[in-house]
Amino acid sequence: MSTFFLLLILLFGFLITFQIAKASEYVGVLKGEKKNFESNNRVNGFLMIVFLVLGLVGVYWCNELFRGKIVGESASKHGEQIDTMLYITIAITGVVFVITQILLFWFAYKYQYSEKRKAHYFPHDNRLEVIWTVVPAIALTVLVGFGLFYWFRITGDAPENALQVEVTGKQFGWIFRYPGKDKVFGKKYYQNISDKDNNSLGLIWDDASTHDDVVVGNEMYIVKNQPVKLIINSRDVIHDVGLVQFRQKMDAVPGTPTTLWFVPKFTTDEMKKKTGNPDFEYEISCDQMCGRGHYTMRGIIKVVEEDEFKLWLLKQKPNYVQVFPDKDPNAAKPADSAKAAVTLPAPAATASIAK
Amino acid sequence: MSNEATLHGHPEIQTSHDAHHDEHGVHHHKETFITKYVFSQDHKMISKQFLITGMIWAIIGGLMSVLFRLQLGYPDSHFQFLEDILGSKWAKGGQIQPEFYYALVTMHGTILVFFVLTGGLSGTFANFLIPLQIGARDMASPMLNMLSYWFFLGASVVMLSSLFIETGPASGGWTSYPPLSALGDASEGSKTGMDLWIISMAMFVVSSLLGGLNYISTVLNLRTKGMSMTRLPLTIWALFFTAILGVLSFPVLLSGFILLLFDRHAGTSFYLSDIFLATTGKALPNEGGSAILYQHLFWFLGHPEVYIIILPAMGLVSEVMSVNSRKPIFGYIAMVGSMFAIAILAFLVWAHHMFVTGLNPFLGSVFVLLTLLIAVPSAIKVFNWLTTLWRGNIRFTPAMLFAIGFVSTFISGGLTGIFLGNSTLDIQLHDTYFVIAHFHIVMGVSGILGMFAGIYHWFPKMYGRYMNNVLAYIHFWITLIGAYLIFWPMHYEGLAGMPRRYLDYSNWISFNQFGGLNRFISTVAIIVFAVQLLFIFNFFYSIFKGRRVMTRNPWGSTTLEWTAPIRPGHGNWPGEIPEVHRWPYDYAKDGRDFIPQTEPLGANESAH
Ligand code: HEM
Ligand SMILES: [Cu+2]
Ligand SMILES: [Cu+2]
Repeated sequence: MSTFFLLLILLFGFLITFQIAKASEYVGVLKGEKKNFESNNRVNGFLMIVFLVLGLVGVYWCNELFRGKIVGESASKHGEQIDTMLYITIAITGVVFVITQILLFWFAYKYQYSEKRKAHYFPHDNRLEVIWTVVPAIALTVLVGFGLFYWFRITGDAPENALQVEVTGKQFGWIFRYPGKDKVFGKKYYQNISDKDNNSLGLIWDDASTHDDVVVGNEMYIVKNQPVKLIINSRDVIHDVGLVQFRQKMDAVPGTPTTLWFVPKFTTDEMKKKTGNPDFEYEISCDQMCGRGHYTMRGIIKVVEEDEFKLWLLKQKPNYVQVFPDKDPNAAKPADSAKAAVTLPAPAATASIAK
Repeated sequence: MSNEATLHGHPEIQTSHDAHHDEHGVHHHKETFITKYVFSQDHKMISKQFLITGMIWAIIGGLMSVLFRLQLGYPDSHFQFLEDILGSKWAKGGQIQPEFYYALVTMHGTILVFFVLTGGLSGTFANFLIPLQIGARDMASPMLNMLSYWFFLGASVVMLSSLFIETGPASGGWTSYPPLSALGDASEGSKTGMDLWIISMAMFVVSSLLGGLNYISTVLNLRTKGMSMTRLPLTIWALFFTAILGVLSFPVLLSGFILLLFDRHAGTSFYLSDIFLATTGKALPNEGGSAILYQHLFWFLGHPEVYIIILPAMGLVSEVMSVNSRKPIFGYIAMVGSMFAIAILAFLVWAHHMFVTGLNPFLGSVFVLLTLLIAVPSAIKVFNWLTTLWRGNIRFTPAMLFAIGFVSTFISGGLTGIFLGNSTLDIQLHDTYFVIAHFHIVMGVSGILGMFAGIYHWFPKMYGRYMNNVLAYIHFWITLIGAYLIFWPMHYEGLAGMPRRYLDYSNWISFNQFGGLNRFISTVAIIVFAVQLLFIFNFFYSIFKGRRVMTRNPWGSTTLEWTAPIRPGHGNWPGEIPEVHRWPYDYAKDGRDFIPQTEPLGANESAH
């Protein structure tokens, strides 16, 4: 009902606008074409300058309004470099923006039609052309220079001591794997994946280095001030690991692992205080369209102190142990854990595809 | 020359002198309703067909954006009427369901990018202006030209029909990245909807190739006597470069789609590898494919595509701006040169859409360099437009207003391109609302403003009548202000990392601070959409009831199309095609308001 009403109002508005427009066209004819044109021209010329002034004020006001709402201080060292780059770029482009917009609308206003004015025949000027080829080229070179300097630092190799975590995206959630005591990620093969048998990554149990691999969902723990390297995979379609506060982002591509690394500066608890938000969490947002649940594909990163991390890791049961509880080295007989090679009940391994 | 060979026209006004000249050139054949309005081979009619089809698409695509903006602005509200209209599958309880939301954004993007701003824009103005401004009777091949429109319409029909199938239209975004778009089990929209999308796009590619080849050969071969390449109006140069870009890049897109089709139905593994689908609980047999390959193929077209959209708009704006400043365009050669540079560089920057796909960082750095290089010719063009206004005698016709608006938005959007082209910043900004803001302002808004400038300026030539000025002024100011109100704040959302293609942010701690802003944007979007309906109304009303054009050259233009009769017949000029003696921008020269291209150089006059 209210929709209907709205449409009616809209229609009414249209009709009125149209009648006014029609009427003013007739008035124009009566006034004489030239006079009508001149008065219209003056109005539009005036609006040019109004638009310019209100626009610039609006931009300023918008900046003030949102300054506090865009991400605060970067929570990683890399992020600081990205922020610096951002400020350099805003400064340079900001100046160009203001100057060119002012020239545009001010010229439009200033050189609006007047009977007395004669347009100036000015088809080209090589000196001017050179100036505005060279100056932008220099400005852009500066930006490229800074940009690539930071780019190579950020995308360079992770330090030796980096904590390694494997992140795997799936429709619609995240799976994290820690290599365990041996610091080696055991082998996996996607045909072995089976959610039913609690092998969400398709780990190959024949490979003993999988046996201490810890696999968790949703929440990932990392250590403050220790570099962390993410090895990123996908199980199905392309996803993307987006880490807003750390200023990082990398696609998760099925079949082609990617990596990123950074150094977290603040623990989650510190960030709660810093942001004044008791519910604060570092979130992983999926930034690549991946299907109906894309917008819900949320993961959490807990940044903690080292002790807390160790404690947490100790409490996690390796995936292998979850699947084969009797092989738990911490349980009664640790002896036979060495020859843990098992023939798998791997339904997916030989599955042919019915589609 | 060969112009006479393509002569089918029957001139409207013939002086006895002209008629005498012409007798052997014009064969009057009968025109029925069908040959005149439907299967027409007259470039002017084909142009109008493209325009009106494009306008219908624009309304549909715009309406879709209104629907998904409703969801974004009011994620918790229930709009009962939506369920009434769309059914409970798509809008259960009056709320837009995720599948439908994604279908809407996918269709919106595809429609606006390809069907409105490529088909609608190039199709309309290349067809209308090329023969008229270079002095030709028609296109090199009117037949292919007609086919180009019919393939476009065919593509339209297929795309439209995909909206009505049970599993819905394609919903993987306008870029349709596999594996999502390759696997029906991964997404509803990747079932039949995706097939229809590919078929439709393939037909669209055929259409634009037929059109493009025709435009190129017409510009190269059918120019009238005296019309050297350097005497072409900038509109023609722009449309010429556009056609070349399209001819070189659309086939690559098509190849990408064909491989996708194979992956979908023939069991190949071009894009697929290591995939397990939770919906079926099964792993796929495909190994060794590369999902990233598709992105290379897509963006090899995708980036030139954005220039395919903007170059024609630049051409229209240059022309309109010069005419209404009563001044030559500043730096004609630099304008052509920068378009040439853009056309070349457009092929060398595609991977800037892929900085965070795992691309080798060194390769990334090369693309940073090339991408920021492309900003130089863009800057040159902006400064040349500004200088064209400087010391002009400006008439604010509706077309001129839109041209000025175009320059403003092109500046704003071009500058944000400099953020994104810098891979370091793109890490933070990629796939956020910053990208949405960037390309809507620089391509969407600028493209459509350029198109409006063209429509208002050449409407009198198309229909022999004027559009209503007051409605046009209202249309312009609300559109420009509204566009900024909609897209400017999105930059801030993007800086905060707010991802694109989410339909509800309320569960996210990092992004839920923008609820109020989203509501504001949605409201403005609805108003701006309503004002576009005003334009549509003005357009169709004026075709039949607008003020009549009484003189051949109402804007005081130098170019050839205004030497033709007010309502030119097929063949454009009764009698001989005018000869050209000078470049098209002799405004304010030697104390004269303008000197038409057809006027010979005076005794002691220098060429510009
Ligand atoms: C001044 C020069 C420009 C530069 C340096 C530039 C740079 C970029 C970059 C790097 C991206 C990728 C952003 C990302 O996905 O993270 C991008 C996206 C885009 N740009 Fe530009 N751009 C420029 C001008 C233009 C122009 C003139 C147009 C159109 C007429 C345009 C249309 C687009 C579109 C459509 C996208 C987004 C496609 C998508 O992801 O859906 N850009 N631009
Ligand atoms: Cu996703
Ligand atoms: Cu691009």
